[in-house]
Amino acid sequence: MAEAQNIPVGSTTAGAIAVAAEADSTVATRMSAPPSFDVADFPVPNGREEEWRFTPLERLRGLHDGTAVATGTGVKVDVQAPEGVTVEAVGRDDARLGKAGTPVDRIAAQAYSAFEQASVVTVPKETALTEPIRIAVHGEGGTAFGHTVVELGAFAEAVVVIDHTGDAVLAANVDYVLGDGAKLTVVSVQDWDDKAVHVAQHNALVGRDASFKSVVVTFGGDVVRLHPRVNYAGTGGEAELFGLYFTDKGQHQEHRLLVDHDEPHCKSNVVYKGALQGDNAHAVWIGDVLIEAKAEGTDTYEMNRNLVLTDGARVDSVPNLEIETGEIVGAGHASATGRFDDEQLFYLMARGIPEYEARRLVVRGFFAELVQQIGVADIEERLLAKIDEELEAAVA
Amino acid sequence: MATLEIRDLHVTVEADNATKEILKGVDLTVKQGETHAIMGPNGSGKSTLAYSLAGHPKYTITGGTVTLDGEDVIEMSVDERARAGLFLAMQYPVEVPGVSVSNFLRTSATAIRGEAPKLRTWVKEVKEAMERLNMDPSFAERNVNEGFSGGEKKRHEILQLELLKPKMAILDETDSGLDVDALRIVSEGVNRVRETGEVGTLLITHYTRILRYIKPDHVHVFANGKIVESGGPELADKLEAEGYEAYTKGGASA
Repeated sequence: MAEAQNIPVGSTTAGAIAVAAEADSTVATRMSAPPSFDVADFPVPNGREEEWRFTPLERLRGLHDGTAVATGTGVKVDVQAPEGVTVEAVGRDDARLGKAGTPVDRIAAQAYSAFEQASVVTVPKETALTEPIRIAVHGEGGTAFGHTVVELGAFAEAVVVIDHTGDAVLAANVDYVLGDGAKLTVVSVQDWDDKAVHVAQHNALVGRDASFKSVVVTFGGDVVRLHPRVNYAGTGGEAELFGLYFTDKGQHQEHRLLVDHDEPHCKSNVVYKGALQGDNAHAVWIGDVLIEAKAEGTDTYEMNRNLVLTDGARVDSVPNLEIETGEIVGAGHASATGRFDDEQLFYLMARGIPEYEARRLVVRGFFAELVQQIGVADIEERLLAKIDEELEAAVA
Repeated sequence: MATLEIRDLHVTVEADNATKEILKGVDLTVKQGETHAIMGPNGSGKSTLAYSLAGHPKYTITGGTVTLDGEDVIEMSVDERARAGLFLAMQYPVEVPGVSVSNFLRTSATAIRGEAPKLRTWVKEVKEAMERLNMDPSFAERNVNEGFSGGEKKRHEILQLELLKPKMAILDETDSGLDVDALRIVSEGVNRVRETGEVGTLLITHYTRILRYIKPDHVHVFANGKIVESGGPELADKLEAEGYEAYTKGGASA
């Protein structure tokens, strides 16, 4: 049975617990316009809208108001796929684009209205890949609009690793289409240089009895705002959405999730964890789960945990569960923001542990459980190494 | 032989936008193998002495010296003090989420010993030490102090004392909040470490109860930020009978 209904929970660390949505707000009414592929259907945001109120618009480099224009040297995309996988560059009119979801805000619609070429990666039905598909998105200093489709035929199995590096202003949509019984793990790593701005909507359409696992890892960039979204195309689908972010001084990292339980007997599990350090490090996590009236037998849980390592960082965490049927297996959510405080540091140091090692111990412990669930060994190792690197940079 | 020397120690703390002097000239020498009990009423500065020696950033040392084997302790960072051989068993041990007891103990032992203990002997060493303190093996997989009962926290502190083998152990009200069984187990742990003859012990307490289990060589009465009377174990008997009234009302009586 439902544990909670429409109870947004907020936690900030800069002040008191402050976030609370209106009691009558719903996932749909909180948006300023209905989903659309056309940027003209969305008003230019002013920052007071529910979906924009946490985002520093002035740092979006014009992605939100139409002033950002694609440049020749935006991003370079390199796809390395094992045998059996088809990789195509296609035009705007390709019928496979936009099937998994529709842009829900102005920047996603801007990206859909402005991209010139899309990448379509197809894994044929019943093909189980043993090697990951690797997509390297490298920023070359310009502005770009992108669209990527990853489509798995029925009973296909694949791991996709998308790496974002370099410097760019990028708005994009990524579609994941899972055929019946397909299994897809996607790891999206945002390891941008300090100035990059990255806004993207990830749409997953999970087929009947299919399993989708998304791992979103955000370390870099000036502003990163991602919208991972899940819909189901049939009964028995499963979605796991894991996220890990490390927000440094001055960075804005925003993850806005939606799981729309629009089919019966589907599962979802959302776990996002973030660490923050430095002045004006700002992490935003919005976790919306919608259980529609027809989605009987739904089993869902979502959780967000934040670890604040220094003063001056801020977290806004808003889980929101909307339930339109009581005939479900389970639904719950949790959000908590804790501090790594001076007393913990003193305790560990009083046992001979140097300060840097003490911080490392706590942060690795915080992330370890999540990292172990990724299930892609080289990614797990890389993440732990990257976490160490982030900590080291902060100490230096 | 290791010696902790405290000379004319003055310590202040910032509270309510004012600087308040808590320690007003503490003199004390603790040698390896000795046990000193520091007893005093609430608010006399006993815990401030403990935390100042360990280097807690809340306290500012405004005068005096602290040396361990001639080395200036005040100049050392918190972790350096621990590696030099100072150990503080805390009255209120801190929760550290996400860090398991076993990982914490090993990291700490590695830092103190200067090299990682060999895994096989280490596992055995920890297991045996935990058994002696009546600690369930599952304890090692829990997060440090998270959800521990008062007794579990204190046993965990004494477990560290046994494993880290310091030169000087400061036990800050280790007896507070313990029932008689827990007090006995914890005291036995302290006594095992004392019996090695390799540790100097500074036992800070409000009550004489723990002194039935841990026999001090010297007893000091602490009041108003300094030691006001020193003696042998018989001084504890006097405190048991008469309380601290003579020290809090009229100042030093001897």
